Amino acid sequence: MYTLSNRLKIFSVTLVLLGALGWFYSYSASHVSLDEVKTMLAEEASSGGGHGEVADTHAVAEESHEATTNSHDAEATHADAAEGHDEHAEHVMHQIHNRPYSALYVAAFFFMMIALGALAFYAIQYASQAGWSPVLFRVMEAITYYLLPGALIVLAIALWAGPHIFIWMDPEVVAHDELLQNKSDWLNTTWFTIRGLIFIGGWSAYRYFSRKFSLAQDNADINDNRNFKKNFRISAAFLVFYIYTESIMSWDWIMSVDPHWFSTLFGWYVFASMFVSGITVIALITIYLKSKGLLEFVNDSHMHDLAKFMFAISIFWTYLWFSQFMLIWYANIPEEVTYFVTRIEDYKLPFFGMLIMNFVFPFLVLMNSDYKRIPWFIVMAGIVILMGHYVDVFNMIMPATVGDRWAIGLPELSAVALFSGLFILIVFYSLSKAPLLAKGNPFIKESEHFHY
Amino acid sequence: METSKVIHAIYTDDDVLMAAVKKVKAAKYHIEEVYTPFPVHGLDKAMGLAPTRIAIAAFMYGCVGLTVAIVMMNFIMIDDWPQDIGGKPSFSYIENMPAFVPIMFEMTVFFAAHLMVITFYLRSRMWPFKKAENPDPRTTDDHFLMEIPVHGSINDLQALLADTGAVEINIVDKEAH
Repeated sequence: MYTLSNRLKIFSVTLVLLGALGWFYSYSASHVSLDEVKTMLAEEASSGGGHGEVADTHAVAEESHEATTNSHDAEATHADAAEGHDEHAEHVMHQIHNRPYSALYVAAFFFMMIALGALAFYAIQYASQAGWSPVLFRVMEAITYYLLPGALIVLAIALWAGPHIFIWMDPEVVAHDELLQNKSDWLNTTWFTIRGLIFIGGWSAYRYFSRKFSLAQDNADINDNRNFKKNFRISAAFLVFYIYTESIMSWDWIMSVDPHWFSTLFGWYVFASMFVSGITVIALITIYLKSKGLLEFVNDSHMHDLAKFMFAISIFWTYLWFSQFMLIWYANIPEEVTYFVTRIEDYKLPFFGMLIMNFVFPFLVLMNSDYKRIPWFIVMAGIVILMGHYVDVFNMIMPATVGDRWAIGLPELSAVALFSGLFILIVFYSLSKAPLLAKGNPFIKESEHFHY
Repeated sequence: METSKVIHAIYTDDDVLMAAVKKVKAAKYHIEEVYTPFPVHGLDKAMGLAPTRIAIAAFMYGCVGLTVAIVMMNFIMIDDWPQDIGGKPSFSYIENMPAFVPIMFEMTVFFAAHLMVITFYLRSRMWPFKKAENPDPRTTDDHFLMEIPVHGSINDLQALLADTGAVEINIVDKEAH
């Protein structure tokens, strides 16, 4: 049995409080007026960039805005240059206003995605009747406990932020945009909310029953595998539900921030991201618990398998990332390629940095078989992978909402602190609620003796 | 030809074989070779064989393949006969790199896989038309054979092997190769 220590409680509550404080500060600081933005832009023009919080070069100003952040500019008409300058200032003001919302949303989504990825991994273990992994089930169940609160928070932020993140939620924009009018049967706030609730309801229902059956199996008679069989069936059904809803969720919650742009493999791409993040967190929490002297039944071979998954899914993510990138780059169709033009022009460091963190680093570090058994190697690769996938979500949301006014500064870091604190609190609370070994699982002996 | 005496102990079960290998090793005998109809998990460790270095070789072969792909595509598409494909006549490898990634990947895999197989054959001293070293054809079906060179007392070794569950123990003269 694991008990939630006071130190961990204080640590995570402190993270939440510090994060909330930092975020509210940056939120209130972001309410700049149009005049202030004009002064700021004039200063930037004279000093050639190098402004306080916004760490990006702003030399590319006008043209790149028009080519890139499509939504805000959809209504722009540009009668003359002076009017254009005013519009630019207003545009920048919106981006500065959007930043705290987007920062909060990116972090909320990132931690929700970890729980959802772990849930998919857990369901796969049941559906495939895997023999190696049942010793890790309680860790996975604890991580997925965050899914319900985490996903509700994401949906709540999406609805609260509204047009600050999702431009199609602004009726004024839709009125001037024929493409958005055509998409309004799907992209409207009511249907968006209902869909979100259906996803969350389905995932949480599976998580609730699966956990229930898993605990019931522990107390059942040794020959009574009914709870396991039920879990097997609902896991298989859930995976079907999951792959559809996950895909639709990724269009709704991420892809629709650029409502003119679409990619048909986006659902898979987001799936790869959440899957590898989920597996990485399973590995990290397992190593943490082992370092506390718990989980003595988890051996080197289990860690080796988790690290193999981290390695393999990192490559899978790269494969999907590249498949999406190469086709769009090669075809070079303006309405598609604008997505990558924005990212390469304004987000060079996070865009290419993410490839190093999500692919090159884990690929080289985890390639050697022996290194997959060394805890500090897994931790090192895992932390880089998690940061890389945070940057991945960042790259998916930010260009549409804040354009080149991005930075990883106070709002982003405090939002990460806020949700990591919440995540740790909820996950470790759930860990303390049940024995750490799912002893009733029919594969538990095989899993305990798992040896490679 | 020079000959030496070896003992062939034959087993019919891989678990029995594994236990036998451990026992023979514990009694400080040198196991020359074990012939099995399928790979037996953990046998290499039990026999005390040095860990394989094929993974390191594979990594290096992969790097060679990657290099060959880059040099080859650079020559074909950039230097020798620059081509305008998809409106990208940039004559620069790095700017056209995304188009070459599939080739870079495939060549890496191709070199790693083929050279790995060739290395394996060379290290195992196998080539076409070579006479099989396998001393007993039953080891290609359902029997396991452990080969131990005889130095000193044959009887002790025979007793030990009989004790480990060998179904057959033969003393044979083996040609050195």
